[in-house]
Amino acid sequence: MHRILEARFLAPDIKLFRIEAPKIARKRRAGQFVIVRVTADGERIPLTIADGDPEAGWIALIVQGVGKTTRLLNTLEAGDAIQDVAGPLGAPSHVENFGTAVVIGGGVGTAIAWPTAVALKQAGNRVISIIGGRTRELVILEDEMRRVADEVHPTTDDGSYGFHGLVTDKLQQLLDEGRTIDFVLAIGPVPMMRAVAEVTRPHGIRTVVSLNPIMVDGTGMCGGCRVEVGGETRFACVDGPEFDAHQVDYELLALRNRAYVEFERARLEEFERRRHEGPCRLERQLEELGREDAGSATPRA
Amino acid sequence: MAEFLPPKERRLIPRQEMPEQDPRERIRNFAEVNLGLTPELAIREAQRCLGCKNPKCVEGCPVGIRIRDFIFAIVEEKFDEAARIIKQDNSLPAICGRVCPQEEQCEKLCIVGKRDRPVAIGWLERFVADHERERGIPDPEPPARRSGRRVAVVGSGPAGLSCATDLARMGHEVVVFEALHELGGVLVYGIPEFRLPKEIVRAEIDQLRKMGVRFETNTVIGLTATVDELLGSEGFDAVFLGVGAGLPRFLGVPGENLIGIYSANEFLTRVNLMQAWREDADTPVLDVAGRDVAVFGGGNTAMDAVRTSLRLGARSAKIIYRRSEAEMPARNEEIAHAREEGVEFVLLTNPLRFDGDENGRVRSVTLQRMELGEPDDSGRRRPVPVPGSEYVEPIDLAVVAIGNSPNPLIGRTTGDIAHTRWGTIVADEKTGRTTRRGVFAGGDIVTGGATVILAMGAGRRAARAIDEFLTTGVWDDPQVAHGTG
Ligand SMILES: Cc1cc2nc3c(=O)[nH]c(=O)nc-3n(C[C@H](O)[C@H](O)[C@H](O)COP(=O)(O)OP(=O)(O)OC[C@H]3O[C@@H](n4cnc5c(N)ncnc54)[C@H](O)[C@@H]3O)c2cc1C
Ligand SMILES: Cc1cc2nc3c(=O)[nH]c(=O)nc-3n(C[C@H](O)[C@H](O)[C@H](O)COP(=O)(O)OP(=O)(O)OC[C@H]3O[C@@H](n4cnc5c(N)ncnc54)[C@H](O)[C@@H]3O)c2cc1C
Ligand code: SF4
Ligand code: SF4
Ligand code: FES
Repeated sequence: MHRILEARFLAPDIKLFRIEAPKIARKRRAGQFVIVRVTADGERIPLTIADGDPEAGWIALIVQGVGKTTRLLNTLEAGDAIQDVAGPLGAPSHVENFGTAVVIGGGVGTAIAWPTAVALKQAGNRVISIIGGRTRELVILEDEMRRVADEVHPTTDDGSYGFHGLVTDKLQQLLDEGRTIDFVLAIGPVPMMRAVAEVTRPHGIRTVVSLNPIMVDGTGMCGGCRVEVGGETRFACVDGPEFDAHQVDYELLALRNRAYVEFERARLEEFERRRHEGPCRLERQLEELGREDAGSATPRA
Repeated sequence: MAEFLPPKERRLIPRQEMPEQDPRERIRNFAEVNLGLTPELAIREAQRCLGCKNPKCVEGCPVGIRIRDFIFAIVEEKFDEAARIIKQDNSLPAICGRVCPQEEQCEKLCIVGKRDRPVAIGWLERFVADHERERGIPDPEPPARRSGRRVAVVGSGPAGLSCATDLARMGHEVVVFEALHELGGVLVYGIPEFRLPKEIVRAEIDQLRKMGVRFETNTVIGLTATVDELLGSEGFDAVFLGVGAGLPRFLGVPGENLIGIYSANEFLTRVNLMQAWREDADTPVLDVAGRDVAVFGGGNTAMDAVRTSLRLGARSAKIIYRRSEAEMPARNEEIAHAREEGVEFVLLTNPLRFDGDENGRVRSVTLQRMELGEPDDSGRRRPVPVPGSEYVEPIDLAVVAIGNSPNPLIGRTTGDIAHTRWGTIVADEKTGRTTRRGVFAGGDIVTGGATVILAMGAGRRAARAIDEFLTTGVWDDPQVAHGTG
């Protein structure tokens, strides 16, 4: 069991958690993730380690509630506990002094990109950050990014905040202005990563994306996370999750990520229905989770 | 006490039949297929043993169980005594009695098998172990002495569990590290419930807990902590690597990454470990009910996958294997059970490509007939394609069960541990010593995908060697025949 030390929403449906995980906090490096099981009979989901403190023994996760498991996780508060957290998994980001590095985050992708932005800065890069969202309140971690990046460009699809347009429009603008860009890291929805790759390809800019295929074990055992990169099959959980953006078969990734949509939708609807059926229902559910402040006499810490 | 019959009469007793669930019933549930021998059946079967002076059967058992002695104890109805005898050499008899390829091991050499079917040694072993478990296994005796030495066992499959058992008995402090959230390795995520109920694996692990062994799940050695750290800051005096061969191989044909093509590991993990068969499970498996399923391969894993698909309601379930039935590595019992359950065997056939629809879902496989040519390195006749024999088979789901390679995680993060060019860890066969002082290895990570009993045997040999190393501090480099390629 891993205790939640802090939990707060950064945006609607995007929540930050600081959780106790001393071993992982000591080992984790930018770009790595954990596999989380919220409850004892729940599924295993991968979440990037957004931050961590090796001395204090905590890691931070930033979770976007998109389906049953992430929404369930986002109902937890400080003092609650998470069943299992395994990691740090995956290969750390490849970080060196490239010169000028542009870090692009779309939606919750900003949270995944942030630790690598920190590492790029520490390695001596000039870091330009483009963080996008559909609308103002979905642009997250702007303050945090401002602390590490030399420039931060928020973008919104609807123009409600910052640059009006897509993150790729902003990237194109920087290129058109003749800015030197030596490295690009793009993390977000599959169409966004694919679009960034197309923008940088003609310029021959080294570009890396962090892929989000469906995972089960996260240790290389099942092959469920396989992606095609440069015509070769790779396991994202051990060979990635970061890959050369110009080599990835995005179409396959997008299709494979939709493999269980109907199941996922049904599970989410059921979860939301139960959640709205009244507080006693929810409370019981939380009690089953071992929530310590839900009135259960024996916390299962 | 049942009587010891004169040899002539013993020879007249036919091999007893294992009571099993009716095939039509069992393909609708995940309960165990073999129901186990009753005491009467077990005694009757035990009476078939000729009590050889030089029992050949023992030579066929990789851990050398005193087979004749435990069988005699059954005849005398001393079932607890039988259990005690078995456990001197095998700490997981309820498991081995169920999953050992007996026909290739102990039973293959049984003298009765020369004229008739051999004594059902595996079933008897299972009977004894089940009998003991059902009556409540006595708590293990605490070790006579505590050595004050600490050993880290990495991986909780049969190799790790048996190594941990012996080390704990010898009085060493043992911590088992497991990457997944459940203990047991392939025994829990691979082999299905209908062949090996998880409750049995749990009971064995409980015994280990009672012996004071500690378990740390969700800990991936190489990432959460490295072998260097185990031997350094974590304060362990020795490390045993029993991490298995868990990296699935694929066929390498076009279309293999379409949706609906699973590795056997993924398919079985979703169903067994994540319980996708349950109505309320959060981890899905693609709909199998009413679908046409093709499983590629001919080993136990393939049989497990194909029989699992039947239990999930598949309309048709095929084994597609490129050699003939004689070359299939699966246990005979599994092949027979699969056949009874309605699995179709498409032999001497190989996939060339998969094709899918606009949603990326697999819809068909193009197959090619093979014929057997000259023997290859493995001594089996090599399948060669028959020109012009290609045909298209519509399918909704495919499972690739053509074996696993060793997972490279440990190798990537630990220097000094030599690997072969197949990715297995180089280790001394008798002791499990690797090229790194204080680090031992055994099971599938050394041999490549093998069997439960071989993994156990390796775990036990390593435990002895670890004990010796901890006692004497002497370290010899491993004796390895095939070099450190
Ligand atoms: C390496 C990696 C790092 C990630 N980091 C983060 C992060 O820091 N923050 C964050 O909010 N999300 C992250 N994700 C995505 C996150 O894992 C999924 O959103 C989550 O699993 C969805 O589960 P669900 O039950 O809530 O939704 P579901 O209803 O199950 O699925 C909704 C969507 O999530 C995808 N998905 C479903 N199951 C899985 C699975 N087991 N693994 C991966 N994707 C899945 C599906 O393709 C679907 O599009 C990461 C994914 C990967 C692979
Ligand atoms: C579906 C299937 C059916 C089979 N049927 C039979 C059968 O009927 N009879 C038979 O004899 N054999 C059978 N086998 C083979 C048998 O299961 C294996 O040979 C045996 O389990 C090997 O044991 P092991 O302890 O070496 O490894 P495993 O059982 O693979 O266990 C290794 C464990 O180590 C863990 N691990 C891996 N890496 C790390 C790490 N870095 N840190 C921490 N933990 C780690 C894994 O999660 C796993 O739990 C079958 C195999 C499969 C897949
Ligand atoms: S452990 Fe396996 S080989 Fe040995 S006696 Fe038992 S069934 Fe036979
Ligand atoms: S070889 Fe067969 S008959 Fe002889 S002791 Fe062994 S089991 Fe009994
Ligand atoms: S998630 Fe199973 S191999 Fe990557």
